[in-house]
Amino acid sequence: MKAFLILEDGTVFEGTSIGSTREVISEIVFNTSMTGYLEVLTDPSYAGQAVCMTYPLIGNYGITDDMESGRPWPDGFIVRELSRIPSNFRCKGTIQDFLVKHDIPGIAGIDTRALTKILRDRGTMNGMITTNENYKFEEIEPKLKAYSTGDVVSKVTCDSKSVLNGNGKKVALLDFGAKKNIAKSLNDRGCEVTIYPAHTKAEEILKTNPDGIMLSNGPGDPKDCGPIIDEVRKLYESNTPIFAICLGHQLMALATGADTHKLKYGHRGGNHPVKDLETGKVYISSQNHGYVVDTDKLDPKVATPAFVNVNDGTNEGLKYTGKNIFTVQFHPEACPGPQDSGYLFDRFIKMMGGAQ
Amino acid sequence: MPKRSDIKKVMVIGSGPIVIGQAAEFDYAGTQACRSLKEEGMEVCLVNSNPATIMTDKEIADQVYIEPLTVDVLKQIIIKEKPDSLLPTLGGQAGLNLGMELAESGFLAEQGVKLIGTTAETIFRAEDRQAFKDTMEKLGEPVAASLVVNTVEDGIKFTNTIGYPVVLRPAYTLGGSGGGIAHNQTELVEILTNGLRLSRVHEVLVERCIAGWKEIEYEVMRDAAGNCITVCNMENIDPVGVHTGDSIVVAPSQTLGDKEYQMLRTSALRIIDELGITGGCNVQYALHPESFEYCVIEVNPRVSRSSALASKATGYPIAKVAAKIALGYTLDEIPNAITKKTFASFEPMLDYCVVKIPRLPFDKFITATRKLTTQMKATGEVMSICNNFEGALMKAIRSLEQHVDSLMSYDFCDMTDDELAEALTVVDDRRIYCIAEALRRGVSYEKIHEITKIDIWFIDKIKILVEMEQRLANEELTVELLKEAKRIEFPDNVIAELNGKLTEEEVRKMRYDNGIIAAYKMVDTCAAEFDAMTPYYYSVYGSENEAVQTKGRKKVLVLGSGPIRIGQGVEFDYCSVHATWAFAKEGWETVIVNNNPETVSTDFDIADKLYFEPLTNEDVESIVNLEKPDGAIVQFGGQTAIKLTEHLMKIGVPILGTKAEDVDAAEDRELFDKILEQTQIPRAAGGTVFTAEEAKEVANRLGYPVLVRPSYVLGGQGMQIAFNDEEIEKFMDIINQIAQDHPILVDKYLQGKEIEVDAICDGENILIPGIMEHIERTGIHSGDSISVYPAHTISQDIKDKIVDYTERLAKALHVLGMINIQFIAMDGEVYVIEVNPRSSRTVPYISKVTGIPIVDLAAKAILGHKITDMGYKPGLQPEADYIAIKMPVFSFEKLRGAEISLGPEMKSTGECLGIAKTFEEALYKAFLGAGVVLPKHKQMIITVKDADKPEALEVAKRFEKLGYKIYATRSTAKYLQDGGVDARWVNKITQESPNVMDLILGHKIDLVIDTPTQGHGDKTRDGFLIRRNAIETGINCITAMDTAVALATSLESATTEYTLVDVAKIG
Repeated sequence: MKAFLILEDGTVFEGTSIGSTREVISEIVFNTSMTGYLEVLTDPSYAGQAVCMTYPLIGNYGITDDMESGRPWPDGFIVRELSRIPSNFRCKGTIQDFLVKHDIPGIAGIDTRALTKILRDRGTMNGMITTNENYKFEEIEPKLKAYSTGDVVSKVTCDSKSVLNGNGKKVALLDFGAKKNIAKSLNDRGCEVTIYPAHTKAEEILKTNPDGIMLSNGPGDPKDCGPIIDEVRKLYESNTPIFAICLGHQLMALATGADTHKLKYGHRGGNHPVKDLETGKVYISSQNHGYVVDTDKLDPKVATPAFVNVNDGTNEGLKYTGKNIFTVQFHPEACPGPQDSGYLFDRFIKMMGGAQ
Repeated sequence: MPKRSDIKKVMVIGSGPIVIGQAAEFDYAGTQACRSLKEEGMEVCLVNSNPATIMTDKEIADQVYIEPLTVDVLKQIIIKEKPDSLLPTLGGQAGLNLGMELAESGFLAEQGVKLIGTTAETIFRAEDRQAFKDTMEKLGEPVAASLVVNTVEDGIKFTNTIGYPVVLRPAYTLGGSGGGIAHNQTELVEILTNGLRLSRVHEVLVERCIAGWKEIEYEVMRDAAGNCITVCNMENIDPVGVHTGDSIVVAPSQTLGDKEYQMLRTSALRIIDELGITGGCNVQYALHPESFEYCVIEVNPRVSRSSALASKATGYPIAKVAAKIALGYTLDEIPNAITKKTFASFEPMLDYCVVKIPRLPFDKFITATRKLTTQMKATGEVMSICNNFEGALMKAIRSLEQHVDSLMSYDFCDMTDDELAEALTVVDDRRIYCIAEALRRGVSYEKIHEITKIDIWFIDKIKILVEMEQRLANEELTVELLKEAKRIEFPDNVIAELNGKLTEEEVRKMRYDNGIIAAYKMVDTCAAEFDAMTPYYYSVYGSENEAVQTKGRKKVLVLGSGPIRIGQGVEFDYCSVHATWAFAKEGWETVIVNNNPETVSTDFDIADKLYFEPLTNEDVESIVNLEKPDGAIVQFGGQTAIKLTEHLMKIGVPILGTKAEDVDAAEDRELFDKILEQTQIPRAAGGTVFTAEEAKEVANRLGYPVLVRPSYVLGGQGMQIAFNDEEIEKFMDIINQIAQDHPILVDKYLQGKEIEVDAICDGENILIPGIMEHIERTGIHSGDSISVYPAHTISQDIKDKIVDYTERLAKALHVLGMINIQFIAMDGEVYVIEVNPRSSRTVPYISKVTGIPIVDLAAKAILGHKITDMGYKPGLQPEADYIAIKMPVFSFEKLRGAEISLGPEMKSTGECLGIAKTFEEALYKAFLGAGVVLPKHKQMIITVKDADKPEALEVAKRFEKLGYKIYATRSTAKYLQDGGVDARWVNKITQESPNVMDLILGHKIDLVIDTPTQGHGDKTRDGFLIRRNAIETGINCITAMDTAVALATSLESATTEYTLVDVAKIG
């Protein structure tokens, strides 16, 4: 069946429908990872967005256990070519069936490079995936313009508290749409990880006296998370060691008086170089974010930059003055992408007074 | 970290002559690195024995020594030039070994020379088998159970503990030379004995066989601050068991999930960090197809063939960055040359798929076994880029120029199903064609996978191509079907052939009428995330075009020479690159089309635009349609480019320089005869034929022996000397296996002195940089002969005649640009053998030793400049006051079963130079550069045909005087004894031991002189077996008396004090 991707600026791509044939409006973003489409699909940070893979051959190894949450989150999936058959010893099914099962619409067979160039040049924009050949752009346009991701954190966070047992440090993980590998990375290092829903009150967490608090990644505009920011402020004031990733990093910045802004087309992929300003060493990182912390509005009495993006000079991490708090914009938990910055979990454990 | 201030003058070691396993990729890497060093203000002193390379140009380095790559020579150059640093990681294994020897002996420290790039300790830990194993164990990185052995006995003992089969890998050899898989003790003993001999340190690794696992490679980089990145990973379609140089390789990996991908990536980075690599490094893995188990196969702490491929596949210039790292820069300080916005500390992301296919030399060595093993056999490779795998594979197949445009070749269709099942078990260069046939017959993916171990994902892709073949053959060609066929890169001629009703032209017209045309996408290292300006393109169908037709300046299309193969080597890339530079200097916009990832011409900053595409009529036409060049230049790209001439003219592209009809006149027998008649130049009598009957008729009329050859070939492919009717039949049969568009030539064979000239003609005058003479008499291909400049044994009268004939021919053929002519001088008369109105393989060599920039001048002549205006006096240029000798280099030891005796068909893979004040020293250096390091045991074997016996006697006397003990088979021995040589008689192979074979296998023989009797390629003959076994046990084997005489002369004047010539100062 034919499918169309209609962008806010009027550009139309014609391709073939994959997954659900449901019509969807979403924010269109691209990811440059060459592997890890499954981790991308199941990363809750993509809630409210339709993701285009720039690598043209997708689905080669099918569906495996490599999932970052219980289900796929993007509103839509855009690819150049889906492999006709998957091949991998762990393969449990095809991506086609997976998309259908989870009612995710998608489009294949379009010039994904041309789409990427549009998003790069004109900035991230909204779009619609539809199988309706008789669409009228005039009718769609206002809807496209009106779309915003909104409060997606509430949509992706867990419903209730859960615990991963461990003999080491006790970590409270605030789930704004956490990728599984954050909890796993801590748990693998012996931590007992208690995962809390995003809207949990700070008091509830602090009264358990955790050794440290982990603020997770998550979707959407951090400024849409007003009430959460207030709670994060309380956590900041608690003097508990805190490590934050991505949205968590942005929320901590907002909670402490800094500002964030939207990037033209974001950083999504597994090849972003980030420089640790303390050691001067550069790490290749996994990234997925559309917003970034403004460093020019940073009060050095509160926080100073700890990491910077080598490509565009944007902020990639903060160290909080006088606090046991550090936060990063990139994803040390990888999945998909390079594991080079996994040492940050060790740093967090050390900060909590742990052996590692 | 900024640039180190203690480095001012860097010595770079090149990789020497092109041999199998060490080819043009090191010219590419070395050239790029030298340019990068010079960009940083370094004084660069280059040593490489290979004159055909771009890196040995005076534009590339400040001092250029085209000298033998031996420790002694390098020491003398270091003493003379006093570099403060030595960069050994750019010259392949050869360069690395030399750097190590200089460092280990303490010489570098003595001279105050730093080893930069990677340290000696790092190289040792990566290259030494035991040290490497220890390092991996320390890191907890798995390696296959293995043991380093120094004796065959230890090898047997260890193998008995881990079980057969085992893989054998000699330490410090290139291209896996001497390695292999042993399935039983007999094979173990054979391979191990050979491997121990070939290893520089007499070490072979015996290892658990992991054949059938996925073979995955990572190209990684690290700087001195410890920053690490991955440039690219690659997956071999052929599982472990086939040398990666002989495998079809895809980039990035296709069948690995992120988990597997990152697992191996992390491992690779841990390894280079532990080894302390500073620069580029290649890590090879075997990954179990059914689990996460993996083994590190090997680590190459230097730029390599794979790094050249990775550079071209991603756009990331590994050698350039490695050179900057060697100077102290960190990755985040080095700008990304492609985006100009980002830095070298990032990982390229591809939004396309790259396929590499090796170019194997079995068309040249019909007796050699085609089986692919852990010992590399390919002479070169092609790469193609597309946004789908099927398309990339199809483009790569036709880039090989092996008369194969689809998976329907190498006919397997006559086989029975059982035969086909058997054929599938054969691991050779035709395997994918065999798989395609199996798929056509409905053999299941599982069955094919079970036999070949090739991942089902790739098998499915081949099936998709097979399904398209079937649709094209059975369905009406609709626009939709045509679109889909083009998306997966079926060429128009194959579509027409399958359709059966339409011609290729009609298919093309249908495409054009329906707007189905190639679009070009950019290779930008970042999957379009950043704006890039790199003019590096590949074609796809059904997508938006990104390449824009540039206007304003005059535009020239430069057609490259495709994959490196015997007969068409790196020399033609040298010519293409220089032609590009020359046109650029004249203000033209330059566009290069080529498909060889190993070459300088496919570096993205050589021409204004680079199209990485197959060199076929259709693919070039698509580029022409977009770029609309003002002209094309074909005379520098070897036969590959010449073959495109006709089509270029048809589509209205002017050919710059000599016109196509004049090129034809040189190749077409009848037209050429007319030219010779008109210019009154004699040649050997001959005729043109199509069939064996006609050939025999002509041969008998002329009288045997005769020379038989097809027209329009390079490197004398298919050329043979026939002594009787039977041989005519055999040779004609071989030639006609490929449909011939042109007649076959049969000429009277004249045995005389062979002379060669390259000349430039501006339409009025000619310029001959120098006359070269061959040491071997006619009958041996010019590319396989030792060539001497200036010609020192011919009379002034002959020289005058040659100059006169060259001028007459150039004018008669209306040459504008280059012409190459081969002559025979015999009994005071000069005959012409052949004329090629194009650049030849001797152009780089003669340019360097005369200091005359031949390609540059030819390009200028093509553009209308006159020789007299370029500062040269027409005619033969003054002779140099030294002698420069070009020595052919062969790779016979890599090709089991190949006939090594020399003849009219070219067999050498590369060349080296010997340059000195005297003929004798030049000759000695040339042999030394070619690896003939004698004497060792001072024992030799002579076995020659009757006609050669008088000459053999003279040669034997000279070797005897040099202290050689001479063994000979019965009749030769008797002849030598009668002549007063103390020759020892030894039994023939078929006779009882001890016989000649025992002597050869006894490792005490320096040299075999064996001139073949008539009857070629008969693998059971004594001569063939002697020659093969000599080569495989590392004995120098000479098959022509002239070569033997030259070697005697060289050894008689052996020296350890060399005159060192800085070629950059010539001219």
